[in-house]
Amino acid sequence: MVYEVMVDGKPHRLELEKAASRWECRLDGKPVNIDAVITRHNVLSLLVDGRAYEIKREQTATDLHIWVGTTCFAVELRDPRSLRSRNLAAEDEKGPRKIFAPMPGRIVRLLVVENSDVEAGQGIVVVEAMKMQNEIKSPKKGIVKKISATPGTAVNPGDVLAIVE
Amino acid sequence: MFKKILIANRGEIAVRIIAACREMDIATVAVYSDVDRAALYVRKSDEAYSIGPAPAAESYLRMDKILDVAKRAGAEAIHPGYGFLSENAKFAQGCADAGVKFIGPTPHSMEMMGSKTRARQEMEKAGVPVVPGTSRGLVSPEEGEEVAARIGYPVMLKAAAGGGGKGMRLVHSREELRSALESARSEAQRSFGDSEVYIEKAIVNPRHIEMQVLADEHGNTVWLGERECSIQRRHQKVLEEAPSPVVDRDMRRRMGEVAVKVAQAADYTNAGTVEFLVDQQKNFYFLEMNTRLQVEHPVTELTTGLDLVHLQIRIAAGEKLPFAQSDVEIRGHAIECRIYAEDPDNNYFPSPGKITLLLEPSGPGIRRDSGMYEGWSVPVDYDPLLAKLIGYGTDREQAIMRLQRALGEYFVAGIETNISLFERILGDADFREGRLDTGYLERLLAKGNAAITWDALERDAKALEPIAAIAAGMFAVLDPASPGSKNGDTGGPAATPSNWKRKGRSEALR
Repeated sequence: MVYEVMVDGKPHRLELEKAASRWECRLDGKPVNIDAVITRHNVLSLLVDGRAYEIKREQTATDLHIWVGTTCFAVELRDPRSLRSRNLAAEDEKGPRKIFAPMPGRIVRLLVVENSDVEAGQGIVVVEAMKMQNEIKSPKKGIVKKISATPGTAVNPGDVLAIVE
Repeated sequence: MFKKILIANRGEIAVRIIAACREMDIATVAVYSDVDRAALYVRKSDEAYSIGPAPAAESYLRMDKILDVAKRAGAEAIHPGYGFLSENAKFAQGCADAGVKFIGPTPHSMEMMGSKTRARQEMEKAGVPVVPGTSRGLVSPEEGEEVAARIGYPVMLKAAAGGGGKGMRLVHSREELRSALESARSEAQRSFGDSEVYIEKAIVNPRHIEMQVLADEHGNTVWLGERECSIQRRHQKVLEEAPSPVVDRDMRRRMGEVAVKVAQAADYTNAGTVEFLVDQQKNFYFLEMNTRLQVEHPVTELTTGLDLVHLQIRIAAGEKLPFAQSDVEIRGHAIECRIYAEDPDNNYFPSPGKITLLLEPSGPGIRRDSGMYEGWSVPVDYDPLLAKLIGYGTDREQAIMRLQRALGEYFVAGIETNISLFERILGDADFREGRLDTGYLERLLAKGNAAITWDALERDAKALEPIAAIAAGMFAVLDPASPGSKNGDTGGPAATPSNWKRKGRSEALR
């Protein structure tokens, strides 16, 4: 098995091969002495040259996180033979920015109207969740192009609340 | 002794009360809203009944439904926990009228203390020191401006019915007062159904220290030592400890005696907490009395060796306090971390959702009071408190070390939690030295955004990067039944976790 593993955006080449009762591992061409046991779903006990690590895997809505002890890494696993583009463009800071609901909740009120000028950090909409009212702020200075949030309605994480350009 | 108790609450405190009941061989009745059917406390109870839809006003605050369940199930007593109906005198009266024992003080004591303005009036009468301000609600913004001008800014606006920072505003100047009063009133109305707001001089950078009291129904009242609760955010306590690093034996005795005086002035029975503001000269002022079991009661349990819920139940059943003041000994040190479903990367915004993986610490000197389990979805409708992790040791230093160890073992995936915040607090020099006040946490958080260098953290992360790469591959071959295949289809490269998220135990131990 050969993987290209992106760890926090840095590429590594990982070769894994089952040899009798153990795994042979080469990372970036160098052999590494490892032993790995899945202790339960999403929890891995990994020994690397005798050093023990408890590793947790967490799949979030968008990313795969690998926790080494209490340190978290964003990881992508790729098969290098795949033709999938590796250079997906990052979001353009200069263009319109969507403001997403960061969590489930209810829209309490709007703090601006469409086409108003806003500063970076200015509140756009108030969302209530778990008894706390929270202002969702504009990520940039610009003009509120669109408000899609309606007071009184429920929102889910990832829902677009407004667009600032 | 009671044979069956109804718990009019949810979450970790319901689990904790059920545990006490089971220990005392008392059957338990849980009540739940639609979104709490799968909650841990429902699983742990002997009987459980639905009391309505998710909003608390339609379920956990519905006295009629709860009393109806109590009657149907044959519960002889109701434990209200904290929050919800716990400090509602009408509910206590309703219980009495229905012939069900309310585990807490009498409606009369609750009324006196439930209104902060009335409590202030009574305490002034009893000669207990209070913070300068009004002892009745403000009738107009003009009156507020006038009083503030007299006692001097900054001032604090507080809901008379308040608690937990709701309906509370710090006002620095006359210009801010009107709008602050308006929003405090509307929040008070929303949270407590009572818009009365009064004004107090704001003591700058006070400590918030409270004294646990316990009173039986035969006239015996004792104090059980203080809890330091200065570490707060938005007036919500985050970390509490007992004893306080600044309270010595003599001050403890003086605070305890004032607390007992407060309780006696209110004819108080059962468990209660007298909160004090302590200024930089260690003068203490009566702030309010909480007529319920506190969230942070475990630190007192660990340092006194007493079980407050057992004692609450025994007192409610008419027993005398089984010990005297002179028997109370404070031993060791305990610190509680409130584990909230909050996102440290997003200004501690609540983070409900499904818990996909849960690894929980235990072991020497660790107590964990939890309401969550793996696979459970944290509902959006209530407080984000998930669990409390309490470290106990011979001294403060050891309690901190044990907590740091346990926090490193605590892992909650699927939702965000504030666990990393505690690693930060426990490693902070000011915390270590006990230099605390109610502004401590805001300062620490502000410092984090500006002055902290992350070099060492980056170095640690770099050393572990190859381990993460190997682990990702091993998961893929050994534990493939995961949604990891979603990767690469998300339209962009995975975002690097922020320094907060990856903040490691290594930093806390430094």
